[in-house]
Amino acid sequence: MLEIEDLHVKIGEREVLHDINLHIREGETHVLLGPNGSGKTTLLRAIMGFSGLEVTSGTIRFKGKDITRLPIHERAKMGIGMLFQRPPTVSGLKLGKLLAVTSGERAGMVSEYARFLHMENFMDRAINLGFSGGEIKRSEVLQIMVQQPDFVMLDEPESGVDLENITLIGNAIARLLEKDVHIVNRKKSGLVITHTGYILDYLDADFGHVMCDGVFRCHGNPREILKVIKTSGYKECLACQKI
Amino acid sequence: MPEDLGKMTDLSPEDKERLTLTGLEVEMKNRSGSFFQVDQEIKQWTSLEKGIEVLPIAEALRKYAWLSAYSWNLVQKDKDQYTRFVADQPEPAGFAIIARKGTKTIYPLQACLFLARTPVQHVHNVIIAEEGAELHLISGCASASYKKSGSHIGVSEFYVGRGARITSTMIHNWGEEISVFPRSAARVEEDGVFISNYVCMQPVKKVQMAPFVDLAGRNAIGRFSSVVVCTPGSFMDLGSTARLSAEGASAELVTRAITTGGTIISRGMIEGASRETKGHIECRGLILRDGVIHAIPEIKGNVVDTELSHEAAVGKIARDEIEYLMSRGLDEDVATATIIRGFLDVRIAGLPDALQAQIDAAIDSAEKSGF
Repeated sequence: MLEIEDLHVKIGEREVLHDINLHIREGETHVLLGPNGSGKTTLLRAIMGFSGLEVTSGTIRFKGKDITRLPIHERAKMGIGMLFQRPPTVSGLKLGKLLAVTSGERAGMVSEYARFLHMENFMDRAINLGFSGGEIKRSEVLQIMVQQPDFVMLDEPESGVDLENITLIGNAIARLLEKDVHIVNRKKSGLVITHTGYILDYLDADFGHVMCDGVFRCHGNPREILKVIKTSGYKECLACQKI
Repeated sequence: MPEDLGKMTDLSPEDKERLTLTGLEVEMKNRSGSFFQVDQEIKQWTSLEKGIEVLPIAEALRKYAWLSAYSWNLVQKDKDQYTRFVADQPEPAGFAIIARKGTKTIYPLQACLFLARTPVQHVHNVIIAEEGAELHLISGCASASYKKSGSHIGVSEFYVGRGARITSTMIHNWGEEISVFPRSAARVEEDGVFISNYVCMQPVKKVQMAPFVDLAGRNAIGRFSSVVVCTPGSFMDLGSTARLSAEGASAELVTRAITTGGTIISRGMIEGASRETKGHIECRGLILRDGVIHAIPEIKGNVVDTELSHEAAVGKIARDEIEYLMSRGLDEDVATATIIRGFLDVRIAGLPDALQAQIDAAIDSAEKSGF
């Protein structure tokens, strides 16, 4: 599904991602862990194709095609979606209006998804304007559900969300990633950034990666890695010589 | 009363389309009355609603002696050269609309002012909603497709009685060499509501207007909103002023302005002249291509316990907003147009759905032509 080879990314004059290699196969969910400022969000933004950063070398391939230089919307059309940690406020633009534009042939599903996420009363509200933390995340998940990407990147889906909303969002993301489908038949893949690991209660992630200072320091079982981080912090990862 | 409906329907398809863009229903569907003036010639007037009269102003002044007290009362004849010009006309054109006590319309009345051949069109309108009456007016002002230059001067005086409500929606569709000088004022009595909307999405040489509302009665409400796109060569000097004269009165002035190369001056003034009053001015501007948006919000409080505020912002579309929508699969042009459409999407509290739909349609049409 996604193959990143020897990726180097800089922001301004500073290289922030160094020699990143990551392979995510169809049906797999990977978790990205790491301290604040380690480059996790930058990696997601590089995969999505956002401006403000520059891929200086390496390649990003999606479904076998090199997308390293492709515009954002073409990556989205190929099946990449992203849930933002802090999405911008688009004042004036109603959530319902955006969904009407993006839903295409899934227009008939918008109301069902909105009901599922308790967002029916937000359709006439400007996107993210005055939304609480939980409402922002529910809005993000709703947009992604309408988009139905094959590969979805989730940037801290549980941050700023109360426990009740985590359950709602967790279940929605699990549905999005076809966690109810047998692994053999599962087609959807994901890459999730989390600090707390709460979201993993809903996702059964397959692989975990720890990023520190723009490089991967560890790969392995996500729950094992999280246990180590919770016990000893990231210093254990920095000291680790496994990679 | 002449039922000369053929006059409006006889317009060329192109001019009918131009009028449709101003919100007019040439076939009179979902309209409770109509007034149609071409240059200085009044072609047609009618009201389908019992208790509401639509008359040419000259005829109304002859018919009702009391009406003279309402004529040139809120707008002074010597306010400027344009009001003097209209006042000096031997036979005034324009309309009077009188909604009798308690009358309510479901459908709006439409007034069409069409500039076809004469260099100047002038009108003087008096609109009265008596106690408890409700009146919705849509004024479509346009010039003929073949009309290359000219001026339109319109004086309008609105009287909103106790507990009454007037909404006035004006959609302009002029030409690149047409200059327009509306001169409007309103007076709102106790518990009355006056809502005034102005939409201009098409090229015009010059628009200069500064409507004034005196919220004279307790709890009177005034709302002005302007949604404009200013194209290269256009000059729009738009303003509105509200005076909060009575306790509990409130006013809101909202502007959404886009320049694609023209100049917009957006003025707003609220004066808090009585206790327990509230006023807010909001002006937001987008500069899509080099042009000018000059926002001048003013608030003036004269007494304690008046709450006034303003906010103004002029800028460009944020890159992160465009990319956010692109990440949902929209290409850059569609993402940009979607944000602009949202920017212009002003929901006006208290405006009937039919009129909101007309405003939306005017904006949609501009969106389709790429602003």
